[in-house]
Amino acid sequence: MSSNDETTIGILGAGRVGTALARQALKAGYQVRIATTQPAADNALLVDIVTPGALAVESSQAAASDLVVLAIPLHKYRTLNPDSLAGRIVIDAMNYWAPVDGVFDDFESDARTTSEVVEGFLQHARVVKSLNHIGYHELEEDDRPAGDETRRALALAGDDDEAKALVASFIDRLGYDAVDAGPLAAGRSFQPATEIFTGSHTANQLVALIQKARPLAVAA
Amino acid sequence: MEIGAYSFGDTQRGPDGSSRSTAEAIKNLFDAIVLADRVGLDYFGVGEHHTASMPASSPGALIAAAAAATTQIKLGSAASIIGTDDPVRVFQQFATADAISGGGRIEITAGRGSSVETFPLFGFDLNDYDELYAQKLDLLLTLNNSRAENVTWSGTVRPPIPNLAVVPRPVNGSLPIWIATGGSAPSSARAGRLGLPISYGIIGGQPHRFAPLANLYRQSAQQAGHTGNNIKVSVATFGLVAPTKQEAIDRLYPGWVNLNLEMGKLRGWPAPQRRDFLAQVDAPNAYYVGDPDDVAERIVDLHRHLGHMRHFLQGDHGGLPQEHLLESVTLLATEVKPRVARLLAAK
Repeated sequence: MSSNDETTIGILGAGRVGTALARQALKAGYQVRIATTQPAADNALLVDIVTPGALAVESSQAAASDLVVLAIPLHKYRTLNPDSLAGRIVIDAMNYWAPVDGVFDDFESDARTTSEVVEGFLQHARVVKSLNHIGYHELEEDDRPAGDETRRALALAGDDDEAKALVASFIDRLGYDAVDAGPLAAGRSFQPATEIFTGSHTANQLVALIQKARPLAVAA
Repeated sequence: MEIGAYSFGDTQRGPDGSSRSTAEAIKNLFDAIVLADRVGLDYFGVGEHHTASMPASSPGALIAAAAAATTQIKLGSAASIIGTDDPVRVFQQFATADAISGGGRIEITAGRGSSVETFPLFGFDLNDYDELYAQKLDLLLTLNNSRAENVTWSGTVRPPIPNLAVVPRPVNGSLPIWIATGGSAPSSARAGRLGLPISYGIIGGQPHRFAPLANLYRQSAQQAGHTGNNIKVSVATFGLVAPTKQEAIDRLYPGWVNLNLEMGKLRGWPAPQRRDFLAQVDAPNAYYVGDPDDVAERIVDLHRHLGHMRHFLQGDHGGLPQEHLLESVTLLATEVKPRVARLLAAK
């Protein structure tokens, strides 16, 4: 694992998911930038203490990274800037979880998956849905080296093969097997309340669950 | 180190699993607080919840009653969901309890709430969540910091207060107001910048991982020029004390299953597994369930990481039999507390 990797990871959101992801990406040797809706200077202390090694930046700088992770509460997705994310590879790690976060019309009245709604809003970003079905503290505890037979797998879904390849390698370096679930719409198989979302699975188990869900995903 | 307990109210179950009355749950909670005071517990928190299984919807009313029936214990909300309440009423209710208590024992903990039942109940829009919390916290602090009865405040989430009396004033001038958080870094930084004490609710994972957050909180406070006694950390965790660890585990488990079945139905979780429960019951994990030695040692171990000044436990949910809550409260005060003091003094 290279410690002087040039690949930059931009994380939007400094909550529990964003900071856990930042630490795990730092551990994997990536350069990590974190931004929130606050000015970078306001996050400097937070980043120094909670994700040492990362940089606090403005959100436009985070968006200019090789990989951008969306780790804000989903219902705030309209605060994202479509222009700064145009052409970018964006991992949507967000979830719509009405029993916890409340009911929002944007997702109730739309038959698409939440990641498709987000992609529709961002317009020109290359959205990959992933990292949404692992708990934020599990992310830093369940990682295993490649080849370990108990290694946990994470699903990804997207419509851009090049973007998916980069995300798959990112997931692998975070310590997880990446399993391609198909196009972005197939992310339905690992949204909240699905068997994939609520459990922990190896790659073989995950492949089987995705196949089991596939007819449903196509029908929907 | 202060040792305490907290509860959201716990509706008891009949032998067939059916729920008993929510009124009984409130009376049980009151009785537990009175006992906690008598056996010497330092703190009891009442957390605002609005469900049939956890019916402690009105911490202010319960704490006012408890203030009259107790003499030494500190009483607070854990937490008050201020975003969907009127901070004027919250402040007045707790200031009233403070007057009844004789002064100095009543605290408010302001939180966002871990669920959103209060939004439809009180007619608020979830899209306003952040704005409601920020402005209402500001109003609550304005009321608390006021030197006079008359207060002036304006904002967008509530009608303005143009130099109106908000009474009674707390006996000692103001009430301790804590910020509750489940551990997001921005919340820790914000509490520090505001110079308010912070209360971490740690319900899973490994509690010592909160150390950087507590550090961020303290450094944020220092950077903003806040020092002194108001900069302090408390920790709320799941837990239960019994004469033996096995008894504690066996007592807590059925309620944990009930709670997770209920939440799982709502949230689409699979059926709870005993192994998931058992994975949490030993150090360094999150459930402080054990005999007095075990729980005391783990509190002291966490103190090495967080430097907290108060640790309080919740074990009554899913229909924990009342006698088990009462025994846990008693053991916390009479067995855990002296052990914690001894272990900390020996360090």
